[in-house]
Amino acid sequence: MKQDTLISATDVSVHYPISGGKLFGPKPVVRAVENVTLNITKGSFFGLVGESGSGKTTLGRAMLKAAPITSGIVNFNDGEVNYSLSNMDAKELKDYRTRSQLIFQDPYAALSPRMTVRDIIAEPLEIMKLTSSREETDRRVREIATKCRLNLEHLRRFPHAFSGGQRQRISIARALVSEPKFVVADESVAALDVSIQADVLNLLKEIQQEMGLTFLFISHDLSVVAHICDHVAVMYFGRLVETAPTRELFNNPRHPYTKALLSAIPSLDPDAKSLAQKLEGEIPSPTNPPPGCKFQTRCPQAIDICRRDEPQLENIGEEHDVACHRWEELI
Amino acid sequence: MTRLLDVENLTLDFDTDEGRITAVDNVSFSLEAGEIMGLVGESGSGKSVTAKALMKLNASNSIYGGDSKITLHLANGPVDIMSLQTAKELQVVRGGAISMIFQEPMASFAPAITIGAQMVEQLLIHTSMSALKAQEVSIEMLDRVGISDASTRFKQYAFELSGGMRQRAMIAMALSTNPKLLIADEPTTALDVTIQAQVIDLMKDLVKDFGMGIVFITHDLGVIAQTADTVAVMYLGRVVEKGPVRQVIGNPSHPYTQGLIKALPRLDDLDSPLTPIPGDIPSPLERPDGCVFSTRCSSFLGPQCSVDVPKFTPISHDHMVACHIYQQDQQGASK
Repeated sequence: MKQDTLISATDVSVHYPISGGKLFGPKPVVRAVENVTLNITKGSFFGLVGESGSGKTTLGRAMLKAAPITSGIVNFNDGEVNYSLSNMDAKELKDYRTRSQLIFQDPYAALSPRMTVRDIIAEPLEIMKLTSSREETDRRVREIATKCRLNLEHLRRFPHAFSGGQRQRISIARALVSEPKFVVADESVAALDVSIQADVLNLLKEIQQEMGLTFLFISHDLSVVAHICDHVAVMYFGRLVETAPTRELFNNPRHPYTKALLSAIPSLDPDAKSLAQKLEGEIPSPTNPPPGCKFQTRCPQAIDICRRDEPQLENIGEEHDVACHRWEELI
Repeated sequence: MTRLLDVENLTLDFDTDEGRITAVDNVSFSLEAGEIMGLVGESGSGKSVTAKALMKLNASNSIYGGDSKITLHLANGPVDIMSLQTAKELQVVRGGAISMIFQEPMASFAPAITIGAQMVEQLLIHTSMSALKAQEVSIEMLDRVGISDASTRFKQYAFELSGGMRQRAMIAMALSTNPKLLIADEPTTALDVTIQAQVIDLMKDLVKDFGMGIVFITHDLGVIAQTADTVAVMYLGRVVEKGPVRQVIGNPSHPYTQGLIKALPRLDDLDSPLTPIPGDIPSPLERPDGCVFSTRCSSFLGPQCSVDVPKFTPISHDHMVACHIYQQDQQGASK
């Protein structure tokens, strides 16, 4: 593990058992995440993109120990503690919960309608017993609320009084009040209007720099990821297919899936004819994975070897990894 | 091109417990056959309410303004939609001349009835087809929208189809009655980008083949740029800018449209900062007087913005904007 890595996944798989299969045969499983390896550097904004069903949320949760890790190692090292997530005792897990947090997608579903904003933000402090007095709790709530640009007079109100953008700021304040080191933001701006989305993205970036946080930013929206992340990993069917520093990935995408994703983003220019191919079909069913490369069923460039062997991630440039048999010949 | 739809001075209030809310305020636009009109705006801008008004689908607490006029031009003469009262009369438009597709296809199909049975049912209600003929037409439509193995899908339930497939089935169902006008309310918002691109292509093809008009509602300006011929930008119930899509997106003139575009993360320029529109959209109970955008506008001029409702001023041919900045220019020019 490199010195400045905060959290790393090595060959991580998450399998979920499903019903069916033979009585005494092996239990069928859905392989939500399969052999994923990635390192997230301290203080970085790491983007994870992919379509629905690509396993990005499951991977994010595995890194929070909120999804069962079937095999592989997730290692968290913030300089104070060093945890291997698959074997932690209860005390360590409790401590890890204060160091890692999750921001959800839907700010309407994530906030209890019966609690005041102050209570919502204070709850993690109270549950984790991080503060010793009510005064201290109030002080920390006010501090983080100010950082998240919430009006302090609003702390006494209930969430229904707020718009989507304000609610998302409340969710962010709650996630950050325990001063975590690692934050997973799962589609945190997907439910917001563009003007509010821009505001929340700017806020996340500001807070990240101010508090020295490390973000795993999960999103299906490549243009959002392009603007906020330093490093991007693209997932398809539970596997990482390409990972690179943001600029490198967007200027020089090598995997056909990454290219297709980029070309599918509707351009603001009505005359822009998308240069790359449009993808046919959909992501295959996880219970019935295709042989070889998992993208071969939709890949316009698939050849025999793609249908037979599964490509492995290989390094093709500075921090740029791609899992494709044909990356060299296809430009 | 032939005129398909005229909406004039559409105003729609809702009577709620907290008071009367204006959801749509004096909205006018028109649509030609074979044309896609985009209706863009943020949540709460009134775009869905406007579209539903075309079929009078809004809830019973809705009050239409006295001057509101919606005319649908059909082959056998114009239909004045506001004058239709009973459910029977409204069938001319509901499921007849106008079809609608919704954002969430899972919520729009009955979960316990097969896709096929639902498609046949509406054909039996709205047309004089026999059950056998209706089945034939339905399978043909499923095939037309790119669903492979249509006769198997016909017998399946909504949960057995993927999101993109469901949206295709929804489109097939909406088109099988051969509508003249299709209302698409955020039809691609719940879909992945690659699937969204497929559905957009499909809808463009269908317009060409069937020659109908589409009112395409979305919050995504990129989707509008790729699909629509004309666009109307809505804010708090009013259209603030409208015109051909190239002109509105290429030369956005209303401060709100400009703000929307500046807030958009763009792939062609990764260094440009994202600029949010300051402030929050006001509650519909506290609609600002004058220009509805005046409370958040960065080009606020003074009292005229917060008192007078701006009138539409032409920027160029067909490209209209409702903003005092341009009204001033015009007055200056006429002096």
